[in-house]
Amino acid sequence: MSNDQSHNDTGEPGGVAQAPKPAANVSVAAPRRAPIENALFEYVLRLGDDRLVLGHRMSEWCGHGPILEEDIALSNIALDLVGHAASLLNLAGEIEGKGRDGDALAYWREAVAYRNALIVELPKGDFGFTIVRQFLFDAYSVLLWDALSHAGDERIAALAAKCLKEDKYHLRHSSEWVVRLGDGTPESHERAQRALDELWRFTFELFERDAVDDAVAAHGVVVDHDAIRSRWNGMVAEVTSRATLTLPTDTVAMRGGRHGRHTEHLGHMLAEMQIVARSHPGASW
Amino acid sequence: MLTTRDDVYAVLSGVMDPEVPVISVVDLGIIRDARVEGDAVQVTVTPTYSGCPAMREIEDDIRSALVAAGAASVQVNTVFSPAWTTDWIGPEAREKLRAYGIAPPGKAEPQGLVTLTRARPAAVCPFCGSADTRLQSEFGSTACKAIHVCRECRQPFDEFKAF
Repeated sequence: MSNDQSHNDTGEPGGVAQAPKPAANVSVAAPRRAPIENALFEYVLRLGDDRLVLGHRMSEWCGHGPILEEDIALSNIALDLVGHAASLLNLAGEIEGKGRDGDALAYWREAVAYRNALIVELPKGDFGFTIVRQFLFDAYSVLLWDALSHAGDERIAALAAKCLKEDKYHLRHSSEWVVRLGDGTPESHERAQRALDELWRFTFELFERDAVDDAVAAHGVVVDHDAIRSRWNGMVAEVTSRATLTLPTDTVAMRGGRHGRHTEHLGHMLAEMQIVARSHPGASW
Repeated sequence: MLTTRDDVYAVLSGVMDPEVPVISVVDLGIIRDARVEGDAVQVTVTPTYSGCPAMREIEDDIRSALVAAGAASVQVNTVFSPAWTTDWIGPEAREKLRAYGIAPPGKAEPQGLVTLTRARPAAVCPFCGSADTRLQSEFGSTACKAIHVCRECRQPFDEFKAF
């Protein structure tokens, strides 16, 4: 594939479509769009990619859950997240205006064109890792949707209000499990603590803001990242303390996903996720 | 022949939820508007859950029911706002759910953030009417249901969750 990392570091959304339609390489000749549309596209793409990748990771539990109810719960949550991703990526495609829909964006972009935060692409690990990651992400997601449901872009606000309702269920589920695992057996406590320690360095990226956030904020999509981070800290402190877990204090931050610099894990995941669409381009059933 | 909004609603009252075939798409509250212009019909729908796999099928069912009722073309539009809530399910439909063995939803949670500790009334068993029940899982056979168990009659049952 022709994308390379330096190309994607320019902040261009990248990911020239390889799908049968629209024609490839349209982005090369197309006139530059207004900067706000570029930024909005990029912003909504980030929201969609976080949920698509996490939803796919969650779906890997289908048929492998530790108990039947949990198998069903994790699969339900995966469905919700992929549903959110579909709505968001369709909106991103609409904003982009090049004829790409949610499917084209999901199945025909390389890893370097993905804009998800690194935390969601890490392999699902054991049940403790999955639950702790889900909790850290759900708490962030609920706060973000709450803020975005008042955003000055009514398309984003409508989706945010919808996703918020569903993510509240996810958060309750994952937070209850964090308490159950942390305050459970020595084995479950140890695994939950290890997951928290491993994941902590990936949480910072969720709250970072860059030129894209500034540009959409000027358009009315205003999110106070610091306020979200501090409310998130409060939620995480409350739940982990009930779970008898110790909050990590290290401040090493892993980042890069928002600009297409991913861990090796994403490419492997996408290979599996995209193979059917790429083996049968344009197929419908 | 379809000429008014009410005609369209009357047809859609016969389109059942594929997962819960005792209540119609109108009962569910997902039909937000309908318009007739000549022999073309436009229906506005809002999804229940974002990931509900039945939504596509529901759209197809709406389309074929309206075509069977005489519409030459049917356009189904999706809106996300205001977000669907189970509070839109009316009293008759709740009774149909109960008779079908699904506990109807309670009052939906107010807007805003989640309370991390749950304080909600127990679901009432649709079989014996006891409120002595426990939640088994907030996630059930479909996105819209939770699983409970009745301590009184020992029967597990679905609840249409308040949303």
